[in-house]
Amino acid sequence: MEFSGTRIIARFAMPLRGRGQRFVLGSLVIVGFGFMLLGNSGAVFVERMQVAVADVATPILETIVHPVAAVDRGIANIREIFAMRSENTRLRQEVVRLRAWRGAAHKLAAENITFRGMLGYQGPPRHSFITARVIADGRGPFVKSVLVNAGARQGAAKGQAVIASGSLVGRVTVAGARSARVLLLTDLNSRIPVIVEESRTRAILVGDNSPWPALRYLPEAAVVKPGQRIVTSGHGGILPPGLPVGRVVAASGGGFRVQPLVNLDRLEYLQIVEFAPVPAPQAAAGKAGDGPR
Amino acid sequence: MPVGLSVVFVLVTVVPFPIPGYAAMVPMLALASVFFWAIHRPGLLPPVVVFAIGLVQDILTGALVGSGTVVLLLVYGVVVSQRIFFRDKSFPVVWLGFTMVALGAGALNWLFASAFAGQVIPSGAALFQVLVTIAIYPSLAWILHRVHRLLPQRA
Repeated sequence: MEFSGTRIIARFAMPLRGRGQRFVLGSLVIVGFGFMLLGNSGAVFVERMQVAVADVATPILETIVHPVAAVDRGIANIREIFAMRSENTRLRQEVVRLRAWRGAAHKLAAENITFRGMLGYQGPPRHSFITARVIADGRGPFVKSVLVNAGARQGAAKGQAVIASGSLVGRVTVAGARSARVLLLTDLNSRIPVIVEESRTRAILVGDNSPWPALRYLPEAAVVKPGQRIVTSGHGGILPPGLPVGRVVAASGGGFRVQPLVNLDRLEYLQIVEFAPVPAPQAAAGKAGDGPR
Repeated sequence: MPVGLSVVFVLVTVVPFPIPGYAAMVPMLALASVFFWAIHRPGLLPPVVVFAIGLVQDILTGALVGSGTVVLLLVYGVVVSQRIFFRDKSFPVVWLGFTMVALGAGALNWLFASAFAGQVIPSGAALFQVLVTIAIYPSLAWILHRVHRLLPQRA
């Protein structure tokens, strides 16, 4: 009894300061809620703050990342030494397989050149790339995104596609002066227009925080088979068409999911694709013809 | 010192260690730090600083700005109000307290994320993260206690 009595006294012994602190705390909680609401509705102010903090943190994170990467490389080297024998056998088999493919590719390339000449085909526009390093990782339970050390100064801009080893991993959502946030295609908010490469069936790749995003909005009669390749469609004009994304897998609860070609768990260097978006139909109205819609 | 350590913890949380699944299970270190200092040295970790740490963490992890901040502030508020209870208790009691606080914080995080996403986010990964945080707390507390003893005894 006496003990609890002294406790109550102790609680009231630091009154004013406590009350002031409580007021400050309450106000800050309200400000935090305000940020949430504003940020959720895409307020410029919140985005500016995000950009500013990320830009300041970039050089610090860059310095931390280096030793971590060095240690990782060391471990990877040791692992490789042990795996060398089996790796060698595997590679030999692959060389045999690829030789056959090389022959086929040469033949197709020659054929392609002839056909292009016949048709006067322009080919897709060439893109340039900005290579950037992943400096912060936000792949927590609720968001799947990473921070990279390239921003507007290097040419990165909101909406650009981001690839690793040639395959799509996500796109830029916020670009600062020297940092940019990349929303991975597994994130809950990621929506990417894609096509099944073989059948040209359109669909939207919908992220849901699970490792394999879902293939949604398929046409009713669409025939999709597991193993088929999925590439970006370029619809909407934001992402360049034809970037490889992943392979179709059958989902356990019906429907289809896509296994990304890149291991999103191990992202180190990424390439941001500088792509000049296709002009809107009004802007291109002067042109003859009625392009694919 | 508590401030510096908390900032370091935030940075450690976001550094991309190339371990598969690392990001999904990285413990909420800032939460543990705020919990510890709110018990032992709230004077050295004022609410404004907690707010700033939360904001930086939200921005670097790409979370909804403010969500983690509010959670940290609430944890801070709850723990500071109960610090007299926690102060002289044995470690298991404090750890139990941390378990409850971490579960609450995880639930709030999940609630905010789901509410603003407009859909129920699977909570398995979040629960796992909370469990990792709880499991790692004793070793963190040991380090923080060392630092705590080095600090001059005041307030």
